Amino acid sequence: MKKLINTPESVLEDALAGVAAAHPELTVDIPNRVITRAARPAGPKVALISGGGSGHEPLHGGFVGTGMLDAACPGEVFTSPVPDQMLAAAKAVENGAGVVFIVKNYTGDVMNFELAAELAAEEGLEVRTVLVNDDVAVEDSTWTAGRRGTGATVLVEKTAGALAERGAGLDEVAALGERVNAASRSFAIALGAATVPAAGKPGFDLPEDEIEVGVGIHGEPGRRREKLRPARDLAAEVVETVLADHHLTPGDEVIALLNGLGATPLLELYVVYGEVAARLAAHGITVARSLVGNYVTSLDMAGFSLTLTKADTQLLELWDAPADTPALKRA
Amino acid sequence: MDFDPQLFDSSLAEAWIRAIAAAVEKERARLTELDSAIGDGDHGSNLQRGFAAVLTALEGLRPTDPGAVLTKAGTTLVSKVGGASGPLYGKAFRAIGAALPGPAGPAALADALAAGLDAVRALGKAEPGDKTIVDAWTPAVAALRDAAAAGATLPEAAAAAADAADRGARDTVPLQARKGRASYLGERSIGHQDPGATSTALLFRALADVTAA
Repeated sequence: MKKLINTPESVLEDALAGVAAAHPELTVDIPNRVITRAARPAGPKVALISGGGSGHEPLHGGFVGTGMLDAACPGEVFTSPVPDQMLAAAKAVENGAGVVFIVKNYTGDVMNFELAAELAAEEGLEVRTVLVNDDVAVEDSTWTAGRRGTGATVLVEKTAGALAERGAGLDEVAALGERVNAASRSFAIALGAATVPAAGKPGFDLPEDEIEVGVGIHGEPGRRREKLRPARDLAAEVVETVLADHHLTPGDEVIALLNGLGATPLLELYVVYGEVAARLAAHGITVARSLVGNYVTSLDMAGFSLTLTKADTQLLELWDAPADTPALKRA
Repeated sequence: MDFDPQLFDSSLAEAWIRAIAAAVEKERARLTELDSAIGDGDHGSNLQRGFAAVLTALEGLRPTDPGAVLTKAGTTLVSKVGGASGPLYGKAFRAIGAALPGPAGPAALADALAAGLDAVRALGKAEPGDKTIVDAWTPAVAALRDAAAAGATLPEAAAAAADAADRGARDTVPLQARKGRASYLGERSIGHQDPGATSTALLFRALADVTAA
């Protein structure tokens, strides 16, 4: 394992110290592992809190700021945060209008946020939870843990954050988050595995000429293994897989997020995005807005995910609304 | 009987927790390896971190009943571990602790461990056969109950439970995971032993070891 770390055990703390040093606009509570905005919003505003295992940066800490999250709770690498963190975050940012937890659908995240919501309710805080589950690689049935939350989280945090900034109520903000999640589908392909610092070696071995199709963002292997093919073919497969689950019709508009998983150069992401855009155009689908870059990563996993969110006037307007966070800025 | 039957008391409860911490430390690499195959490779380090925190939390605690030790352990696991294993094992130990207000014989210990299993199932919504902790815990509780009903001593009953948990963990190999991260792999989860069931087997083996000591 070759990594820029001091020790595997101190990765999170050391990184949080770096976030604190780099971003004076954020307050980083290192002992409690909570990142909040340094400047609290004036007047009542629904507080948005998200969190999850570390290793997905800039998710979630990079999206704390005006127009997006009020707080983020980073867990250990690929391990959900603990309830105490979300409770501390909720108490720190609750601003008289209630709290929305944005939770990616993973067994551990769901359990820890559920326990946190119970604790917060005991303290008299009003909490709503928006569950993000957009990954079509997982069969959504009672026989699995359900679809994973991936790229759609960025869209939920951006649009719900914008709505909260305008003074919308708790139920309205939560309902929008759910609507954006329901309008989103994602799928990912990996060219190489991620190495968790504490594990010391890649999560799976992948021969030089093979890819994992339908991977998640935690180093777990995907649904199947295939030979590497040109970007055009991979982009086509990903677009077709997402569309097969999406019920879009020609003329529909989407917001497209072409997301790098951590170790793929932007140059290659643009190669893929060009193919994705052409394929969508061939289906008669209009990309109203696009975002290409590393937003929901998986440590040093190579590969990409595509998220398509069916757009409408309200979503586009919220997507375009001002945001000032370390990882996403809108004037 | 011409001797006092051994009871599961506060010092055995503390010894159990220490034995689990030692076992998790020793088996960390194996748990990590099992979890890398069908999960994300952090089960060993998460439990190691959690039980190290539990040992710290127990320092200075002068418990008079086994429940206090186990409740403290559970609360610490919920607060420190994260992931799925933190809430699951944390809630389990809290439930076991709540069911052990005083020293317990094999039957009462079986009831307490059954309460722990109920807590795991309530939170994780897993059924036997889903390739989870439940697959080792369920046969262990059944074996402990059967042994207690047959008049076994605490060490005998705990040994039977540990053997049953080991078998339960091994029996997860051919199963397809239906809960937790391994479920994302679908059929590719078949052929691997479940790391959660494996750590549960360690927990019951530690119980057998400390009662036999």
